[in-house]
Amino acid sequence: MTMIEAPTTAHGRPVDPYRLGRTDLATGHGEAGPASERVIIAFGFWIFLLSDIVMFSAFFAAHAVLQTATDNGPTGRELFDPSRVAIETGCLLASSFTCGLSAVATNARNLFWTQAALLVTGLLGLAFLGLEAHEFSGMIANGVGPDRSAFLSSFFALVGLHGAHVGVGLLWLGTMMAQLFVKGFGSILYRLICFNLFWHVLDIIWVAIFTVVYLIGEGR
Amino acid sequence: MKFLGNLSWDAIPWNSPLPLIAGGGVIAICIAIAAWIVLAGHLPYLWKEWITSVDHKRIGVMYILLGLVMTLRGFADAILMRTHQAYAYRADGYLPPEHFDQIFTSHGTIMIFFGAMPLMIGLMNFVIPLQLGVRDVAFPTWNSTSLWLTAAGALLVNISLVVGVFSRAGWLPYPPLSELEFSPDVGVDYYLWALLISGVGTLVTGINFVTTILKMRAPGMGYLRMSMYCWTALASNLLIVAAFPILTATLVMLTLDRYLGFHFFTAAGGGNMMMFINLIWAWGHPEVYILVLPAFGIFSEIISTFSNKPLFGYRSMVIATLGICIISFLVWLHHFFTMGAGGTVNAAFGIATSVIAVVTGVKVFNWLFTMYGGRIHYKTPMLWALGFLVTFVIGGMTGVLLAVPPADFLLHNSLFLVAHFHNTIIGGVVFGAFAGIAYWFPKAFGFRLHEGWGVAAFWFTIAAFYAVFIPLYMVGLLGMPRRMQHYDMEMWRPFILAAMVGIFLFGVALICQVIQLVVSIRQRERLRDETGDPWSGRSLEWATPSPPPIFNFAVQPTVYGEEPYWELKRRAIASQQNEGRYEAIKLPRNNATGFVTGFFASVIGFAMVWKIWWLAILGLVAAYAVFVWYAWRDIPEEKISAEEVARIDRAHRKSRAEWLARHSEKGNMA
Amino acid sequence: MVLLAGCSGGVLDPKGQIAVQESEILLNSVGTMLIIVAPTLLATLAFAWWFRASNRKARYLPDWVFSGRLELINWGYPLLIILFLGGLIWMGSHRLDPFRPIAAAGKQLEVQVVSLDWKWLFIYPEQSVASVNELVLPVETPVHFSITSATVMNSFFVPQLGGMIAAMPGMITQLHLKADHMGDLWGLSTQFSGDGFAGMHFDVRVKSNEDFERWVEYARKSACDLDHAGYAALLRESQNVRPFVYRSVIPALFVKIVTGKVSPPNATAEQGSSVVACPETAQ
Ligand code: HEA
Ligand code: HEA
Ligand code: CUA
Ligand SMILES: [Cu+2]
Repeated sequence: MTMIEAPTTAHGRPVDPYRLGRTDLATGHGEAGPASERVIIAFGFWIFLLSDIVMFSAFFAAHAVLQTATDNGPTGRELFDPSRVAIETGCLLASSFTCGLSAVATNARNLFWTQAALLVTGLLGLAFLGLEAHEFSGMIANGVGPDRSAFLSSFFALVGLHGAHVGVGLLWLGTMMAQLFVKGFGSILYRLICFNLFWHVLDIIWVAIFTVVYLIGEGR
Repeated sequence: MKFLGNLSWDAIPWNSPLPLIAGGGVIAICIAIAAWIVLAGHLPYLWKEWITSVDHKRIGVMYILLGLVMTLRGFADAILMRTHQAYAYRADGYLPPEHFDQIFTSHGTIMIFFGAMPLMIGLMNFVIPLQLGVRDVAFPTWNSTSLWLTAAGALLVNISLVVGVFSRAGWLPYPPLSELEFSPDVGVDYYLWALLISGVGTLVTGINFVTTILKMRAPGMGYLRMSMYCWTALASNLLIVAAFPILTATLVMLTLDRYLGFHFFTAAGGGNMMMFINLIWAWGHPEVYILVLPAFGIFSEIISTFSNKPLFGYRSMVIATLGICIISFLVWLHHFFTMGAGGTVNAAFGIATSVIAVVTGVKVFNWLFTMYGGRIHYKTPMLWALGFLVTFVIGGMTGVLLAVPPADFLLHNSLFLVAHFHNTIIGGVVFGAFAGIAYWFPKAFGFRLHEGWGVAAFWFTIAAFYAVFIPLYMVGLLGMPRRMQHYDMEMWRPFILAAMVGIFLFGVALICQVIQLVVSIRQRERLRDETGDPWSGRSLEWATPSPPPIFNFAVQPTVYGEEPYWELKRRAIASQQNEGRYEAIKLPRNNATGFVTGFFASVIGFAMVWKIWWLAILGLVAAYAVFVWYAWRDIPEEKISAEEVARIDRAHRKSRAEWLARHSEKGNMA
Repeated sequence: MVLLAGCSGGVLDPKGQIAVQESEILLNSVGTMLIIVAPTLLATLAFAWWFRASNRKARYLPDWVFSGRLELINWGYPLLIILFLGGLIWMGSHRLDPFRPIAAAGKQLEVQVVSLDWKWLFIYPEQSVASVNELVLPVETPVHFSITSATVMNSFFVPQLGGMIAAMPGMITQLHLKADHMGDLWGLSTQFSGDGFAGMHFDVRVKSNEDFERWVEYARKSACDLDHAGYAALLRESQNVRPFVYRSVIPALFVKIVTGKVSPPNATAEQGSSVVACPETAQ
């Protein structure tokens, strides 16, 4: 067995070997122990969203690299329909707004308005997804699917990844609405906060896609 | 459409006995163990206390077990490679190319993702909440999910041994070799789904630990009062959060190429294979620091504990750790200097790479000065630490040599490179895992490991390591590339034979480890740790009994000073009566979410590999059902009453007091 | 031990100007690093020995955990070494950039290199001959290699002449080498490219200028043409292929391979056949 050889103390007070100027025993520094559950959940979810943004960045980078790799196929200008994209954007921005409203209603613990706002959010999201699916199926039917060129691969993957996130979000939303309906707020509060964060981040990513893929793609 | 997709009886390698026998043997052992568990009635216990456990300590232990078993599998691959090459001089050896190529691929994949990662994550799981002075990680159920997703990935890799084949494209599957055109079989698909699934698990671990370390520390534990291991774990998990999404994205792109005819990396359609190489190394380089940073933390704890001194230059160490964290994202191009990026680009990345030597050097010197003026006790963990210092510095030096582009032009993809990274990985990560296991074993199980066999294992491992890898360095200088199934060059042969001798020494070392475990279990009463603090450790985990109760700390500890326990311990000695006020403790309930998720992930992965679409969809639906079921639960927590907490804690205090009394009678012992 | 390895034909036994400079940088870098690494290793062992718990002569400094002066050395010493090494890296990377021509009197030889499954094709565009798995070079003549791949990635490497460079489909890399001594050397691929990878080595013959001309004449008299049929036959997977030569080459074949204008190898072509159509004698 090893035995303890305790460091000497100066005048009965513990030494401050790192010379940090702290010789008293105050806990201090505002570190009052573990944060509350709410903070922990929201923080963890933020970290997840950051990692998700990193993943999107990789797809954005791929799109930037492959933007001109059309393999003699059509370019963005020939393919994109600005008006549809505008409506898509409108849907998503509006849904973000109604999602925010649901948070206000949740804060007021108003079950009806929470549900109503979530429902509108979901419907707008569904409309967005429908439009996107329509765009995709139209392109694929015309022979300009993801297998046509590297450019189109990156387009379908990036936009499709966002679409998949919206889809998963809708599934999540539906589940939560069902739970709200059956059980009321209760333990679901934190999840509503997370969903709000998620939905807003998807909105931000869409704005980036709108700019990088459609606006800039349109320009070349 | 076929009911079972592409799966048929031909997928089983009937005509190649080696994998069949190996696989059959493993399956037989698994069935035997499972049968024994069921027949002996251990299943309910195993299910309730381990498989569905959300306790970070149990999850940590299971992670380590997974890591050890997979390391063993990787070791078997290493034995095959080294002995095969010894027979492959002007001959075909005993492994045809399609086997040999699978073996180095699965060796690299398994060792990195299912050996080293689980070992490091497992140790973090066990130790970090204890060192932070809290009850558990931030998201216990997610933690269990991480474990089972990792296990699902490992399972898929091992299924490929018997059903179908594994990838033959190297541990990082460069396209176009890994594209459908050149690798039409299911090997790469197994690789992709295994890593996609376990990658999600690792990412969740990262999120979990970043949140835990940043948001859940005992009162008084400011950032500069965390133990060094907490710091390196934080850095490592930040890297996971930032880097693993890149890996997932890259593998998703390759999957789309292979499954849906996308053209991200194909030669046709305007695909760009250089993009794969850039993306994969943007993850891959940080990955090696994800592995080694926690090991640095482990050694920091060990060196300071066994030198009976606090860590030297704590703040310097923190800065160096964060420095490595940041620089690791700026150097990825050093893995392909030979692709002709031009002098300026190569030079810039070469210099950025070598800057890591400065910050790592700071760490090495601080460890040396921690030893300086210490009273060093050479228990097994400290021996590993010493072996690490010597070995890792050599490996780091050859790394910096590879960062010099003109030198790398001569050494890239040679066995010199292979020797470099085993030098850092074995010397750093594997030694770190062994040291950590020996160090925290008594905390986890309540008794120490047998010293004699541990020391023997250490010396054999050191001897084996140099016997294998010094020859590989030399034969690399003689121009021998990696991944050679056979060779004709006479001058390489003596070195290859020497390396084979080394692999047998590794075998002896392994036997020592196994004996150590058996002997320790049999002598556990003699090796019992009553104090909870067998090494006179210096951080909070040593303030708990060994093994710690499920709630870790009966009373939330409060921290004073950089080495929380040192202070706490001194204060506790002064006032032994001081019990604190016991309160009821809330704990998350054990639940099967993680296990069930892992199960369905395996099903989905397997279905996707063989393109059994209905099964994949079924798996997805089932996974969604699990999610709803989990979300619907009413009481996710259970309470332990204050009386129960008090009872457990008093028992521990009593046994410690008895131990102290017994030993103060004998006087100060050496 | 390292020196011992150097005597026998590896990268520390250079036979050409580039390899000489690269191996010099290699050794200089090791030397530079040893300035700090050797003392570190010695100090590790010394501290470990002297401060063992049983040595009561050693000082015990349980509170000694910080020293500003030592911190300065901790950071400064490695930084100094790395500054020096950084200079070495910067100059070396530019001077030995494989794309950079070798300054030398006289004409440089053009060689186009194509990696195939699993063999190397060397095209001599000026001589319009080609060879497989045999690279013949005139001594003391700078050679400009243009390198690509007709299949997956590979890496072109002649250890004793100088550093390797990747061969990638759809891309051209360049390499400049110069052999300083006549004799037989060897080269290989270092980037794993599939099952036949281990058999992807080639002979390098450094000849006098006259002998080189003689070899070109010999090649022109061979029976094989690298026409479209010949190229299609060459694309078929084969390994451990014995060297042979072509007397003619499709014009601008190299560029066509890079741009994908000649049909890529057929993935369904029967595997494992070791037969190269031409010449019959190459069995
Ligand atoms: C974590 C990473 C890791 C680890 C630990 C190892 C460990 C070893 N590796 Fe590995 N290796 C890689 C990662 C790793 N390797 C990678 C990434 C590649 C590249 C793959 C590619 O080319 O694509 C590679 C390639 C590689 C090759 C290259 C072949 C070639 O390209 O020509 C060789 C050849 O010898 C080799 C050998 C070894 C040996 C001898 C060990 C030995 O150190 C093994 C020692 C093992 C043990 C000592 C096991 C101990 C057992 C236990 C701890 C269990 C104990 C259990 C109980 C107590 C119950 N490795
Ligand atoms: C845990 C794993 C690990 C670690 C820690 C490292 C650490 C380092 N590695 Fe390594 N590396 C790998 C794992 C690791 N590596 C793997 C797996 C590969 C290959 C993968 C593949 O291709 O399959 C690889 C490949 C690799 C390459 C690519 C070579 C090639 O493909 O041709 C390079 C090149 O720069 C490199 C450099 C370095 C450097 C500079 C460090 C530095 O971090 C080392 C720093 C440490 C020290 C330098 C020692 C201590 C310092 C001092 C005592 C101070 C004084 C020293 C000096 C001033 C020199 N590594
Ligand atoms: Cu182009 Cu690698
Ligand atoms: Cu690296």
